[in-house]
Amino acid sequence: MDGVTSAPFDVARIRQDFPILSQPQARGRPLVFLDSGASAQKPRAVIDAMVRCMETAYANVHRGAYRLSELATDSYEAARTATARFLNAADTREIVFTKNSTEAMNLVAHSWGRGVMKPGQAVLISELEHHANIVPWQMLRDDKGIELRVCRVTDAGELDMDDLERKLADGKVGLVAVAHMSNVLGTVTPVERIVALAHAHGAKVLFDGSQAAVHRRVDVQAIGCDFYCFTGHKLYGPTGIGVLWARLELLDRMPPFLGGGDMISAVTFEKSEWAAVPAKFEAGTPPIIEAVGLHAAIDYVTAIGMPAIEAHERSLVDHAMGALSEVPGLTLLGHAQDRGGVFAFALDAAHPHDLATLLDRAGIAVRAGRHCAEPLHARFGLDNGTTRASFGLYTTKEEVDLLARALTEAREFFK
Amino acid sequence: MSGLFDDLRDLYQEVILDHGRKPRNFRRLENADATARGDNPMCGDRIELFLKMTPDHHIAEAAFQGRGCAISTASASLMTEVVKGKTADEAKDLGAKFRELAMTGACPDCGAALQDDMERLAPLSGVHEFPSRVKCATLAWHTLNAALDGTKEASSE
Ligand SMILES: Cc1ncc(COP(=O)(O)O)c(C=O)c1O
Repeated sequence: MDGVTSAPFDVARIRQDFPILSQPQARGRPLVFLDSGASAQKPRAVIDAMVRCMETAYANVHRGAYRLSELATDSYEAARTATARFLNAADTREIVFTKNSTEAMNLVAHSWGRGVMKPGQAVLISELEHHANIVPWQMLRDDKGIELRVCRVTDAGELDMDDLERKLADGKVGLVAVAHMSNVLGTVTPVERIVALAHAHGAKVLFDGSQAAVHRRVDVQAIGCDFYCFTGHKLYGPTGIGVLWARLELLDRMPPFLGGGDMISAVTFEKSEWAAVPAKFEAGTPPIIEAVGLHAAIDYVTAIGMPAIEAHERSLVDHAMGALSEVPGLTLLGHAQDRGGVFAFALDAAHPHDLATLLDRAGIAVRAGRHCAEPLHARFGLDNGTTRASFGLYTTKEEVDLLARALTEAREFFK
Repeated sequence: MSGLFDDLRDLYQEVILDHGRKPRNFRRLENADATARGDNPMCGDRIELFLKMTPDHHIAEAAFQGRGCAISTASASLMTEVVKGKTADEAKDLGAKFRELAMTGACPDCGAALQDDMERLAPLSGVHEFPSRVKCATLAWHTLNAALDGTKEASSE
């Protein structure tokens, strides 16, 4: 994939691929969309692929012995193959489609946590997690007597690796579950080191790649982890589809998550036999049209090239660090060495919600609040939350400059 | 350069900014006769409201503490001023009218009796154009109802 030489990264041309970016907004201002970390906009290729599926090749999958159903099954499975290639999975069967990454993590908490882990073992998460990577483990803890440990985050917003090692030391941790990239701090975590430490202490590793998979090339085999998940709608794909990757031998050992059609090989009223992986984990009619959309999104970012996207975002991040550092009264949350295009900040004169309302007037869409990471905000003493600007591949330096100017003016407004 | 936010002066009138920065009655009341906590879980706004009543069941004093945006702070601050001297029913009725004002920008059946109070609260009417912010303006009033009803907790969800 990396061998394919793609055209030089041309953000103006890329923006033309996203219909919404040329929709005039209220008061005639252009849309400055800086909330891609919450959900990204969709390129024409994704929209068209989903429409084409519904217009020409739609039926339920794995069921009808007729041509349309076979076509739909083929497209659904082609999406799985594309996803496997996107993550460099060793086997296509290691890709399980879910509703989103939240469901993927709940699946692991249920099927691995309740199904395979033993009471007395522990799950180790970190202070920088999204609620989706906190709450399922709390439910597991309360349900099954599994301890929940939390790795500290340094003042710079990085994982405290000494603390991680300390919390692994007694060998009770069965699973380390942390974000590959923080949706608040932008921190990219040292995944290879985490895997090395965890495996040395007998723990499996799950990475929440909801943010990272959008900004970096992810190679699950090179990372060496055991579970990895991401969510389609942040990767320029549709809502309603997420991905869990797990090693085949782990999926084989795990009991199903949800029961229903498509996940069994035989059913009587006495008992059912589970279908083979991955069908075992895909109960009911799956997100067929969404899988087609996700496939188109993967093709789209792959054609541009993840390394090119990463390079573009790197230059945006550098630019933003400079521009934001010149805004008086602004405190940036997190200063990780390795970071992506997510910036959460506090402005001395303005509450995040007031700020978001002001920025909205300038046509700038940002998120205000605690971004589903309440414990992280508590860790940094920011119970009022923060304002967050997050970038996508279509974000420009001019948009970052407009943000900086708007923040400076907003401060004047409230002073 | 012309201000990016000039047209937001309707929402953030000087009164709001002033009460947001320097909220009135921003303190804990010891020996309060009624208290309640209000939470806006979506955004983390939180207030604690304290009421002292007169022997004949009028609000003698209202005060609050907490954290929130300019709009929720200003709304709580203004509320503690206007409810003073009212009975529970009068205060609740005013709250209902205020919620209508916040949601629609007007209160056609507010009547002459409430005119003075509604004029004091009018600077908050601009929120009706910002549906996601209406809850900020109404949190204090939900909390007031909870305190008067003795339910102790309110949420603006
Ligand atoms: C780091 C992280 N994990 C998990 C999620 C949850 O994603 P979803 O809501 O698509 O399940 C998000 C996004 O909100 C996220 O940023």
